[in-house]
This record gives sequence, structure tokens and C-alpha cells, in this order.
Amino acid sequence: MPDRLAPRPLPRRDWLGLAGFWSAGLAILGSIAGMAQLPKPRVTPEASSKVRIGNPSEFMPGSEKILSQNNLRVVSTSQGIAAMSLACTHLGCIVQPSQDGYICPCHGSEFDPNGNVTGGPAPRPLKWIQVSQAADGELIVDMAVEVQAGQFYQIV
Amino acid sequence: MASEGMNAFWENIKTLPRTFRQAVFRHDAPTSDRTRSQAVFANFFLHIHSARVHPHSLKLTTTWGLGVSLIAQFVILSVTGILLMVYYKPSVDMAYTSMKDIHYVVPTGRFIRNIHRWAAHLMVITVILHMARVFFTSAYKSPREFNWLIGMILFVLTLALSFTGYLLPWDQLAYWAITIGANIAASPNELVHALGLPTAFNVGDIQKELLLGASTVGQDALIRFYMLHVMLLPIALTMLAGVHIWRIRKDGGLARPEGTPLPMGKGVGTEIPTYQNPQTATSKTYGLMCLVRDKSPQTDVNPDETAPSWPYLLRAELLVFMVTMLVCVLLGMLFDAPLTEPANPNVPENPAKAPWYFLGLQEMVSYSAFVGGIVIPSIAILGLILIPFLDREDERKGIWFSSSRGKRIAALSVWVGALCAAACVAFPVTFGWLRNWFPSIPQIIIIAVNPGSILTVLYMAWSLYILYTSQSTRLSAIALFTCFLVGFVILTYVGTYLRGPNWNFYWSQSQWPAH
Ligand code: FES
Repeated sequence: MPDRLAPRPLPRRDWLGLAGFWSAGLAILGSIAGMAQLPKPRVTPEASSKVRIGNPSEFMPGSEKILSQNNLRVVSTSQGIAAMSLACTHLGCIVQPSQDGYICPCHGSEFDPNGNVTGGPAPRPLKWIQVSQAADGELIVDMAVEVQAGQFYQIV
Repeated sequence: MASEGMNAFWENIKTLPRTFRQAVFRHDAPTSDRTRSQAVFANFFLHIHSARVHPHSLKLTTTWGLGVSLIAQFVILSVTGILLMVYYKPSVDMAYTSMKDIHYVVPTGRFIRNIHRWAAHLMVITVILHMARVFFTSAYKSPREFNWLIGMILFVLTLALSFTGYLLPWDQLAYWAITIGANIAASPNELVHALGLPTAFNVGDIQKELLLGASTVGQDALIRFYMLHVMLLPIALTMLAGVHIWRIRKDGGLARPEGTPLPMGKGVGTEIPTYQNPQTATSKTYGLMCLVRDKSPQTDVNPDETAPSWPYLLRAELLVFMVTMLVCVLLGMLFDAPLTEPANPNVPENPAKAPWYFLGLQEMVSYSAFVGGIVIPSIAILGLILIPFLDREDERKGIWFSSSRGKRIAALSVWVGALCAAACVAFPVTFGWLRNWFPSIPQIIIIAVNPGSILTVLYMAWSLYILYTSQSTRLSAIALFTCFLVGFVILTYVGTYLRGPNWNFYWSQSQWPAH
């Protein structure tokens, strides 16, 4: 009589056993793939990227303002109005005005008044941001929409 | 009749203390080597030790107690961390004030928070020292390559635990460190822009979003970091540390030189068991080792070469634990953990500095975010992981620096590593860098050719030179690892003490401009 407890090779065609093995493996992989989706939000929970910055009359041509609430610099010329982000393109610190433009406190990137990089590790110029007008005439800046440097919005 | 039952019952009550103790411990107070061994393997908490240990492993100079100290620190961190969780509120509106409560109102709150912080800093230092100890005594060699890899993961987990804890107070320090950290995760975008690839290749954005749960640091980031800090990372660390320690045991204890002499008769091995045939032995030998025929764990080795873990090893471990505890408590009494102003997304600190162990990285990041923050650290970690697979010279395990030649090369590498690092920092400070000379240079060149990447290349060249001249992979590994350590120390020093507002170079903080 063969010893019931002695180890035996698994029959090669143990269909049920293999099915169990593979289905468990696939189920684990599938659920990991499913769970991996969870941390990536479909909608980010922040407030809208559009901010109202005031009436055009508050921005006289030839003037410029720093809106520190939104980390923005707004320039007004005879061509129109433009907004530039003050978030450093290196790692996101807020740049400070300096003698010849802007300087970043975190790793010393330097920018000229138009936001072009003049020194330090920043890989790109400061972002210029889209300006538009609401139906009531108030100016709107969409922080999420980048425009070409030097692009001004004509006030209607 | 009834009185017999009563008597037995009475008897049971009288013996209750003893029977209860036996139910818990299953043995009496150990009096001989054998019963001490039994005490070790009959106890859930002690059985991670082997019952006996080689005297070499007990010597202070073998380990300096660093591994055990790490466990002690982790235990201290877990206990104090759980206590802090009683009052901490992971919400952007309440986190800062709850830290203030812990600091000023909660009984012992400040003390516990201080201990938590100091133990965390100690853990980062100790994990680096422990890695250096293992490396320089060649304890990473076969069959321990995989355990070295687990150690590397534990190293990264330790840094991640420290960093995720950094956000929780929601003060200025925390807010800007995480902003910078998250943007480093997004920095592969730099390459995408520099190469002019479409924005669909912006993996950086995905990484950043996964970390923050949003595009800026806010409530979602705080919850994510909290969850990582108190659950995910500690669980991962506990499990891997378990594997790490178990593996040491399975590999036959700590690495030691071949033929280490046995200090018999010095109080160790008072009772010498003889090798027993498992079939005929009247009682269990102190291990099942005699059933296996394998190189590891130590089998077929005369058991009298070892000392019982109880009391020698346990006593040493307790001592390390107490010293660690003492250091944490003293530091916690003397120095308060800082709390800066509440987080302000509009004004970064100037200079905005990361925790000290990342300041070397911040120095490199200040040349290029992508290369300094992602490429070089990845190369460093990968290189460290690969060391045991590239250096497979099998002799002279467990000896510091392997040989006197190894010692000389390590000493030389300290100088080479320090000079290269100092030069790579000093050159751009004095002469500026590519963009200062060629203002319209393409960004891709600035990304690739920066002081950090040059330093990395210099270190690799040095270790290849040692490989070429000595024809020894071990000596080459010593050269590279020493350079890595020295570079880390120098860059950390520069980032901590020589960088001031706007990341400018200052010889001392007294020269910082007043705002
Ligand atoms: S974030 Fe501006 S230089 Fe680094």
C-alpha cells in the first residue's frame, strides 16, 4: 500500500488545480490594476482656475500690478493687458521682484522683467497666462491656460 | 466524595500562579545553556534570534549595534507616533493649530513630539551608518546580495517616512518642501519640453498628481502624505525589516571572517552539547539544524563554537535599546522641534530649505531639477543595489575594508571624493555656469551638463581607474562607495551651512543680508 502521506508529483493534467491557480493569479493582478486607478483623481478638487482680477479701469495703460493673492503680475500697456505667473518654472516657488527682474528664493533662478531666464536652474521662462473678459466686463485670468510670451489682450 | 473535588479545586487555586506562568512561558527560569536556548525558541518575540550566536557577532566593533539601534528607533517612533495621532488632525485648517496644541497644551505633548522628531533624525543617520558598516565589512556578499537589496529599499523607505512626516505640521517649512518635492516628481517634463516632445509625454504630471491628488499642495496632499506616513510606509517597513532580519538568521548570522578564533573558556559555552543523531536523541537538540544538510544555516558545524543568545545577545540588544532611548530622551528634553509660521502659498521662505538629509539633493537640484532630483539619485540607488552583483569576490568577508590596501584606497577615496565635490560646488560659484557664458544655449545641454552630473561622472571614472589599476572589483567598489558617502556629506554641508537667501553662497549665516 502506498504511503498516503508521502509526497506525490502533481498530475500534469490536474485541470481544476491549474484553473484555480491561474484564476487566483489573474484575479490578484486584475484587482491590483483596478486599485491602482483609485489614487488618480478624475476631477481635481481645486477651485476653478479662472480668477476675476477686477475691472479694466483698475489697470491703467502703462501701469503694472502684482496680485500676490494669485501670484500674478499684470501689465497694462497701450496694446492691452497681459498676465504673467510668478511661480518659478524650476520647482514652483514664488519669485520676488529684484533690481533686474525677478529672482527665486529656492534655488536662485533669475528672470528678466519679461520672465525670460537669465540665470539659475529654471528650464523655461515664467508663464504668461490667458486674460479675457467676463460678460460684465470684468477681467478674467485663467491660471490653467498658458499663452505666448508678449501676448496682450485687447480690452473691448 | 465532595471534599475530594473541593481539595483538588483548592489545590488548583494554590498552584494558580505557577500553572498560569507555565501556560504563558512553557518553561521555568532558564538555568542552563539548554534551557536558555529553549527560552529563546519558545518565545514568539525572541525566536527571531537563533538560540546560539557566534562570539564574533557580539563584539561591538562588528556592528556597533547599528541595526538593533534602528529597530529601537523604529519602535520609539511607532509608539510616539501613535501617541501623537491622538491629537493630530490631518486637515489644512486644523493641522497647524493641533500641532500648537500638542506643543503647548497637551500634557507631555511637546516632549513626545520632540522625541518623535529626534528619533526620526537619528534613524536617517543610523541607516546611513549601518549601510556603511555593512558595506565596509563586505557583509553584502553572497549569499546576502538580496538582503543588501532589501536594505536599500529600507533606506529609501526611511527617507520617505521622514519626508512624508515633514508635511504634517502644515507650516511654512513643510509647505514649501512638499511643493518642491512634488515638482521634482514632475520634473521629467523638463526633458519633454527641452526635446520638444508633445505634452502627452508628460509623465511628470501624472507622478505629481498621484502624490498630491491635485495640481497644487492642499488638503488632498495632506491626507495622502498622512496616509503614507502613518500606514502604508510603516507597514511596508515593518514587513521588509522582518524579512531582512530573518534572512540574516537564515544566512547563518552576521558575516564574519573565515576561521575566527573561538574564545572558549571566557564564560561562553559553559555547557557544551555534543552533536546528536536526531533519530536517537532523547530530547530535542537546540535546533533542527542537524536535519538539514546545507551550507546555510550553519550545519555540520560543531555547536560549541557559539555562545547562547540568552543572555549574551539579549543583554547587548537591551543595552543598545536603552542607549538609543537615552539619546532620544536627552535630545528631546534639550531641543524643541521647530514649528515655523503657518503655511502660506504666496510667500516661500527665503531660503526655502528641505530637511537636512535632502539638502545635498537640493544642492544638485539647484543645477537641474530633473538630473539632480531624479536621474542622479536613481543612478546612485541603482549603483548601490548592484554592488553585490558586480563585486562577487568571495574572500575576506567580515573584515573592515577587506585589507590594508582596501583601507588605503578608502582613505584616498575620501580625499578624491571630497576634492571633486568641493570643486564641483566651487567652480560654478566662482565662475558661473553655461547659461552665464552662453545666454542662448539650448536647455537640453544645461540639463545634461551640470556640476551634479559632472561629479557623478568623476566618481565613476575614479572607481573605474581603481578597477583598472588594482584588478579588484572589491577595491573598486570601496572607492565608489566611499566617494558616494563623502559626496553626500559635502553636498549636505554646503546645502545646510553655505547656502543662504536665493540659494546664494555665503561662508556663514552672519553674512546673510538682512531683509
Ligand atoms: S523653485 Fe525657483 S529656483 Fe528652484
